[in-house]
Amino acid sequence: MIAWTIYITVAGAVLSLLVPRVVARWMALLTTIAGLALTLVMFVRTPIENLAHFTTIVRVPWVPALGMNYHLAIDGVSLTMVLVTGISAVSTVLFSWDVEDRQNEFFFWLLLVVGGCYGVFLSADLFLFFVFYELVIVPKYFLIAIFGSTNKEYGAMKLTLYSFFGGMFVFVGILVAYVTAGSLDLGQLSEFQFPPHLQTWAFPVLFLGFAVLAGIWPLHTWAPTGHVAAPTAGSMLLAGIVMKLGSYAGLRVAMNLFPQGFQMWSKWIVVLAVIGIIYAAAVALRQGDLKFVIGYSSVSHMGFVLLGLAAATSLSVSGAVLQMFSHGVIAALLFAVAGRMIYRRTHTRELDALAGMNLSRILPFAAFAFVIASAASMGIPGFSGFAAEITILIGAWKTYPVAVWITGAGMVLVAAFTLRALKQSFFADKPEGVRAQEGRVALDPDWNEQDSITVAEKCGACLLMFATLAVGIYPKLLLDRIMPAVETMRFLK
Amino acid sequence: MSYLELLKLVSPEAMVVITALLVLAIGLTSRRATAVTGVSSVRPPTRAAENTAVAGLCSFMAAAGLVIAAIAVFMLPRNATLFGGMLVITPLNSLFKIICIALAFSTVLLAASKNAPRHAGEYLAIVLLATVGLMLLVGSEELLMIFIGLELLGLSLYVMAAFDKSDIRSAEAGLKYFLFGSTSSAFTLFGISLIYGMSGTTGLVAISQKLATTSVQPLLAVGIVMTLVGFAFKIAAAPFHLWAPDAYQGAPVPSAAFIASGSKVASFVVLGKIVLIGFAPVQGSANWHALIAGWSPVLAALAALSIVVGNLVALAQTNVRRLLAYSAVAHGGYTLIGLVAGGRDGFSAALFYTTIYAITLVGAFGVVGLVRRETGGDDYSNFYGLASRSPLLAGCMAIFMLSLAGIPPLAGFFGKFYLFSVALHASANHGLLWLVGVALLGSFISLYYYLMVLRAIFVEKSAPETDRRSLSTDRFLQKLTVSVLAAAVLILGVMPDILAARILATVP
Repeated sequence: MIAWTIYITVAGAVLSLLVPRVVARWMALLTTIAGLALTLVMFVRTPIENLAHFTTIVRVPWVPALGMNYHLAIDGVSLTMVLVTGISAVSTVLFSWDVEDRQNEFFFWLLLVVGGCYGVFLSADLFLFFVFYELVIVPKYFLIAIFGSTNKEYGAMKLTLYSFFGGMFVFVGILVAYVTAGSLDLGQLSEFQFPPHLQTWAFPVLFLGFAVLAGIWPLHTWAPTGHVAAPTAGSMLLAGIVMKLGSYAGLRVAMNLFPQGFQMWSKWIVVLAVIGIIYAAAVALRQGDLKFVIGYSSVSHMGFVLLGLAAATSLSVSGAVLQMFSHGVIAALLFAVAGRMIYRRTHTRELDALAGMNLSRILPFAAFAFVIASAASMGIPGFSGFAAEITILIGAWKTYPVAVWITGAGMVLVAAFTLRALKQSFFADKPEGVRAQEGRVALDPDWNEQDSITVAEKCGACLLMFATLAVGIYPKLLLDRIMPAVETMRFLK
Repeated sequence: MSYLELLKLVSPEAMVVITALLVLAIGLTSRRATAVTGVSSVRPPTRAAENTAVAGLCSFMAAAGLVIAAIAVFMLPRNATLFGGMLVITPLNSLFKIICIALAFSTVLLAASKNAPRHAGEYLAIVLLATVGLMLLVGSEELLMIFIGLELLGLSLYVMAAFDKSDIRSAEAGLKYFLFGSTSSAFTLFGISLIYGMSGTTGLVAISQKLATTSVQPLLAVGIVMTLVGFAFKIAAAPFHLWAPDAYQGAPVPSAAFIASGSKVASFVVLGKIVLIGFAPVQGSANWHALIAGWSPVLAALAALSIVVGNLVALAQTNVRRLLAYSAVAHGGYTLIGLVAGGRDGFSAALFYTTIYAITLVGAFGVVGLVRRETGGDDYSNFYGLASRSPLLAGCMAIFMLSLAGIPPLAGFFGKFYLFSVALHASANHGLLWLVGVALLGSFISLYYYLMVLRAIFVEKSAPETDRRSLSTDRFLQKLTVSVLAAAVLILGVMPDILAARILATVP
């Protein structure tokens, strides 16, 4: 049944291209809600013990001559990722409710990205997986280059080429696995014993290819520029889901296929992850543009995911998956506030300019949402960020205590840049530069028409806030499903 | 063998030849402005209308003739061999005759036009003759016959390239193509003569039997390299690609489409047969650290060079047709990888790739042609804002470009996956990984320039002047052709099995 998330989304994408302009957004909303609803039903109705193994949903021969199957499967990890995709997709559409021109195209590309992500998370055939993985790349280019803002064509091209560059390595890795094992089925491949000398070079090729998309340092630079250039919906999708494709694929494919290669290289991944966490947080501390702050924070948070994966205990990997969920929700919320609620109304994202506007009084709801998102992002207990990061650190303690020490210290930086952004954008008591204003912001001539946060925006923000709170208060909800699935993976044995 | 039987076996070719003659005859009935009155502008309107009708009839006849020829191919027996391989009928040959006819058919549709071009009859007749050349090439396993097919095809294509008398670029295209093409024919002929001297026969199967007992001697090496060089010209592999950019840019659009598609498919079929059947005993090996002399290292070098040169030079282009030409060089390189891998799988991967490439390129040229008629040029700037002027064409062009770049779920992606996996399979110890790596790097580079085309179409706004005729008025036939081709690219990407399995089943 959950396979229908893919079909519905792709069909919705095509339909939203054909329907009249005014209906396009409703079409998109309907599509994404249907996807989320399917996922929720699946989430509630599937018994937890069924999620421990990668269970086949659909399996149809596709190109028999080359051993390709249309093969979808699901386990706890996939289900978690599908869930975050559904949540982000719905809120993304809600936050692009008033896209003005070329709506049809906009929602077409948007839904194509969403559909591709569902596909990646559900694929159990390596070729099918790669089809969906690459399918996501090009729509992002159009989303950013056509509908983006600041330096959009540069950002779009950089992001696309980086993704495709990573995809090239992935291609090599997949081909080598396919040719050596003679199969494309992920289940069979993860039981095949690849020769050790092959694993030592194939693993880094494959993992690095995926890690580009996950924003691993030093190949992360596409992420901040891409996030900044993208339209709000684009940044939400990019940070929320697309970056997770990389880490999910690293876990599902690279680590599962080449466990010995993984053991050999894991310490280097830890080093890169820790550098990424600290470096990105430090850079975020010095950014003047609110979206850049959030962009770098994404890189920093994805560092936690990589750390969790590389530490390779069942707790740390589960924490990493939880962090993928948590960051998907939080980043979407942060970008929604910065790109939609603030930028649309003030036409600036400069922290110095925002400091003079006293936004917390004008946009109380935005301030509220941003406080929640920041708290979650900093890792305040009670929000999903805390649950995820603490799980990762505890899990990694056994294998890489030094990395945990450094990261723990680095979390102070995360708190620092988050608080700085929060204070400057909403709660500056000493306005600088721009004159303090009461009531309305004069910078935007269109202001009069949109001085309050719209219903669509409120719904989207509430959905995301609910998700982060629910998981933060009761992480078992997801962990119960993730842990058994992680424990059956090969690289842990 | 009775003549009747012979006629049965060559009925598809005969059909096309008859159609060509008919079209030529009908074309002659159209009256032309006399030399005294000069150029077309003073033609009386009734006469123009008459000519339009004649041109329409010619297009219709040509299309109908091709359909009948395709049906005739279906009626052929499964297997037959005439005159020691001069004409061979196998499922593979029949399949590719059909594909060549289909490509010619779409070229005819693209060339059909309401405002009658002059000499429509002659033009279509030459297209049909070129098609006969393609069919002879595909259907022969004997060097002399192959050479005759090549010449028939080549001479028709030179004329097609130079057909637009009013355009100096067209003349340049024709002349360049002719000079390079005839040189390459000389190389091929020289190579063939050496091979004949070594083996004493011109049949491919017989040659392979003779070569099986010999080692790679200098004379044989020269013969092989000369033959390959001739074909490298035909498929525009670097460093023998220099004619391609000018021919693609200057020739009339349907001619360019035909040069890029039909001619390429047939050349790859023949090249594959020559190396894999005729030269089978001297394949050699292009594996890293295990190079063995033979034709496969030569082709591997050509492939690598084509991929690098084609993609890098394409980066610098601002004219879409030139860009397509350089990308054609690169795609020729990718296709060669299949032949380097060799064997049944390698050949069928190469054939699959070249077929979908041809379909894609005919479609892309169709879009270019329509844009050119509308805006009078084919630079990036002529494509600005196409997405708002004609969403249909923009969407089709997006499909073609992304398929060329190898983005799923389009046919080009599957083609590349197939080629590269076959290349890795064929070589022991991942010996061809270096070539696959070069190809992947090349396709990474290529994404940039394909995206630049799409950027011009989707991101840029069209120029403010509004004297452009809207694209939505006529050209129904061309638009239909382009849409069908785009749909084919999409369908072959989602369900590649319908073509891939068929090719794989027919490759011996």
